[in-house]
Amino acid sequence: MILSWKTGGVLLGIVFFAAVLLVKPIGVSTQFVIFDGILWDAVSPDVVVTSETAKSGYASPNAYLNKSGGSYAKNVANPLNYSFVFVIAMIVGAGVSAFLRGGVPAEERQMPAVWRENVGGEPWKRYLGAFLAGVVVLYGARLAGGCTSGHMMSGMMQTAVSGYIFTAGAFAAGIPIALFMFRKRS
Amino acid sequence: MTTLILAIVLGAAFGTVLDRVGATNPGYIIRMLNLTDLHLMKTILLAIGIGSLLMFGGLLSGIVNVGHLSVKGAYAGVFVGGLLLGGGFAISGFCPGTGLTAAATGRKDAMFFVVGGLVGAAAYMGSYAWVESTGLLESIAGGKSTLGQIAGTDYPAFFGSLPGEITGIVLGIVFIAIAAVLPMRILNR
Repeated sequence: MILSWKTGGVLLGIVFFAAVLLVKPIGVSTQFVIFDGILWDAVSPDVVVTSETAKSGYASPNAYLNKSGGSYAKNVANPLNYSFVFVIAMIVGAGVSAFLRGGVPAEERQMPAVWRENVGGEPWKRYLGAFLAGVVVLYGARLAGGCTSGHMMSGMMQTAVSGYIFTAGAFAAGIPIALFMFRKRS
Repeated sequence: MTTLILAIVLGAAFGTVLDRVGATNPGYIIRMLNLTDLHLMKTILLAIGIGSLLMFGGLLSGIVNVGHLSVKGAYAGVFVGGLLLGGGFAISGFCPGTGLTAAATGRKDAMFFVVGGLVGAAAYMGSYAWVESTGLLESIAGGKSTLGQIAGTDYPAFFGSLPGEITGIVLGIVFIAIAAVLPMRILNR
């Protein structure tokens, strides 16, 4: 049984507030880049190098990792930083929470009921759809400079204009596509 | 070290709450977007409202260090990226945070989403120089701007004469009010 919107909303709001009070606003999608960078650097070690001229002390031949004085390059070189550990802890927290409430039923683990009802029950279709959606979502999140956590929630909470622009875009695409794809309620 | 302990405590709390509000279940996200179950929409709006009230109240009373705020830049790519994210969000029922946490709850489709996400992030790293050349990343609406002027920051105010803290508190109340009046469903399918 999930929390009501009242209890859940208050708890979620307190977590977002506590993050700003104690450290900084919550964000997630940057860590996909950091993890990619760690993998890439493991395969070819010259992807992140120390640099005396860079503001962060690190530089990269990749323009994205090198931006803002090499701050992403620095986090790739030092994965034990706040933002990366935060996301790891988030993953562990959700896993423990799901275990304590009895886990997700086997059939539901493949796909949600609303997908089964509207698109069909073949797992490969769902897995391919989820994979392709993952590509588009993270490309979009990095282009936007944040995701649902960083732009929509942390952003609008701080009255950031960018948060409103992002949210307008996300719902302008999300609602029509969901209305078209998922016509039957599960 | 303290920072890492905070990362563990806050991250674990965030992951737990995401799971308990139903955000790790892509069915709730899809049914929010096809307007048949607004549970998560009401939850998110209430959370933004509560977060805003506490944060701006904390700024006015001096409990919150204004240096902890972090406002992201506005540029055309924010809207385009929002459209892309929204499309994938609707198809899969996952966003970056809920994809990772859903995978942790044992959902296999979420694991495919996460692998796709790593590919998408890598594709952005590879195409960043080109994206920059399109002009999509050039600031609009003042760049790192907030709606009103927040004291102690150099974020430009979109509405120059509005006091930022009061604006944040009023909007916090508005978000809570919308969360309360929004029906549980708009469409019956």
